[in-house]
Amino acid sequence: MMTNHSLRKQCNLLPGSLITGKWNKNPYRIQQELGYGANGIVYLAESNNGQVALKLSDDYSSISSEMNILKSFSKVQGHSLGPSFFEADDWLKNGRPIPFYVMEYIKGEGYSAFIEQKGDSWVGVLMLQLLSSLDELHKQGWAFGDLKPDNLIVTIPAYKIRCIDVGGTTLFGRSIKEFTEFFDRGYWGMGSRKADPQYDLFAVAMIIINSFYPKRFSKKGDGYKQLNEMIKQKKGLHPYSKVLDRAVKGQYQSADEMRHDLLGILNRQPEHKKVEAQSTFQGKKNNNSTSQTRSMRKKRKKKKRGLLETLILAIFVSILYVLYVYNQFL
Amino acid sequence: MNMKTGTLKQILLITDGCSNQGEDPAAMAALAREQGISVNVIGVMENDTIDEKGLQEIESIALSGGGISQIVYSKQLSHTVQMVTRKAMTQTIQGLVNKELQQILGNSTSMEDLPPDKRGEVMEVVDELGETSKLEVLVLVDTSASMKHKLPTVKDALLDLSLSMNARMGDNKFSVFVFPGKRKDVEKLLDWTPKLEVLTKIFPKLTTGGITPTGPAINEALGYFHKKRSLRGLLSHDDESFFEETV
Repeated sequence: MMTNHSLRKQCNLLPGSLITGKWNKNPYRIQQELGYGANGIVYLAESNNGQVALKLSDDYSSISSEMNILKSFSKVQGHSLGPSFFEADDWLKNGRPIPFYVMEYIKGEGYSAFIEQKGDSWVGVLMLQLLSSLDELHKQGWAFGDLKPDNLIVTIPAYKIRCIDVGGTTLFGRSIKEFTEFFDRGYWGMGSRKADPQYDLFAVAMIIINSFYPKRFSKKGDGYKQLNEMIKQKKGLHPYSKVLDRAVKGQYQSADEMRHDLLGILNRQPEHKKVEAQSTFQGKKNNNSTSQTRSMRKKRKKKKRGLLETLILAIFVSILYVLYVYNQFL
Repeated sequence: MNMKTGTLKQILLITDGCSNQGEDPAAMAALAREQGISVNVIGVMENDTIDEKGLQEIESIALSGGGISQIVYSKQLSHTVQMVTRKAMTQTIQGLVNKELQQILGNSTSMEDLPPDKRGEVMEVVDELGETSKLEVLVLVDTSASMKHKLPTVKDALLDLSLSMNARMGDNKFSVFVFPGKRKDVEKLLDWTPKLEVLTKIFPKLTTGGITPTGPAINEALGYFHKKRSLRGLLSHDDESFFEETV
């Protein structure tokens, strides 16, 4: 990974530093560093409207591209995968402008840390969420591109998966510019680096694999064979093996299709069986109780009917009796 | 003017140290730049580090060649080669766009002086051109003795490069040269082609050793672009020369 050392030297912003935009004049007080990578440093900052994430970079081109992507996301109604975009500006540091942009601060736990804490049973559920969001994004004609655990955050307390770095998002049919080898279809020899739905679905499969191989592994020889072997070696991955295989081979037409299969697996998974069993037990209980009430109602109805019957019978008999007595008197 | 049909020309130099014969490679890189060809350099390290002198040379070749330099461990070579190529493309296109801007808005204006929103719009154009432009990359691989065990990694990195670039909408052409050659300073391994897969067969047969004539190698590589250009010049459209003139 190429990290930006020159930017790091230039602006190692300490908590409390104040950044004011050259164009819009909005002030931001730096609270802490959230992370840094190839094209910049992201800080948590306090703005007039609350906490925001602020990304500084000295690379005009990459920061402008990212800004464009975030902006076009804001236009997509209901898109909730990435952070929403607030504004872009320049910070004058000793007379030299350093571009930055401001976006929503997504608070939560990193995907890998979350799984480590809460356990494997969350993997499938979170991927279901991710696939829903991806389906939405794909319908707009975009691929996410650089999909990996490092870019995923599980928000707390809602436990909803979100993405924090949208820099790799690419229009379908164009080339993926940002990727991470382990999650890249091209690296494993399973297809091109052209953006399409299957590119992202491959990455989702690799995120699932990565969840059981936290240290990841490098390619040796035939990519497909190796991935198959790695899936076989981890028991936790076995339930997913069919979905993983199809996703790795690019056989899913849409994120929704993969989601459907994953859902089917999660409902049948042994670990989940207990939960499922419990819930069906509960369901059965509920069923029982409803059937109970139903039968009770029936019984009540039967009772009522019985009562009516005896009543009619009694009246009939008493009428007969009255008639008999009447006859006797006559 | 139609920039979409322009061709971006790059030399990608992959080396692990200092040249020791012939012209100053930085001067040859400057010569390339004058002809609209940018020179990118990737320094491959093993566990050791490249010495200060080699490091300086790598930086100065890229600087005077209008390209990008990057030092990497051989493990990260694949990812870096495609990234450097891409970044250099963007840099070249941005240089062109800046020039255009200066013609329209006056001499002192560059992308940095624009408000962020306008900058975003300019970047959309740059991204579009990066996706659709034709690209020619002449790969120059140092095969001096110390590179021997790094060559399989270099091969993988070049395959990865063609994978990345061929995902673009624009056309690509690659050619591969090694230096030193058997008899000459530089030897052609692969003629202009859109696919580098052939390298899998050629690379294992490479012999390494001898001197490191980086300067003469760049110079000869230039000649190869020249020939192509003059040939194409016969049938070229006007806009084809656009990328070559500027930068």
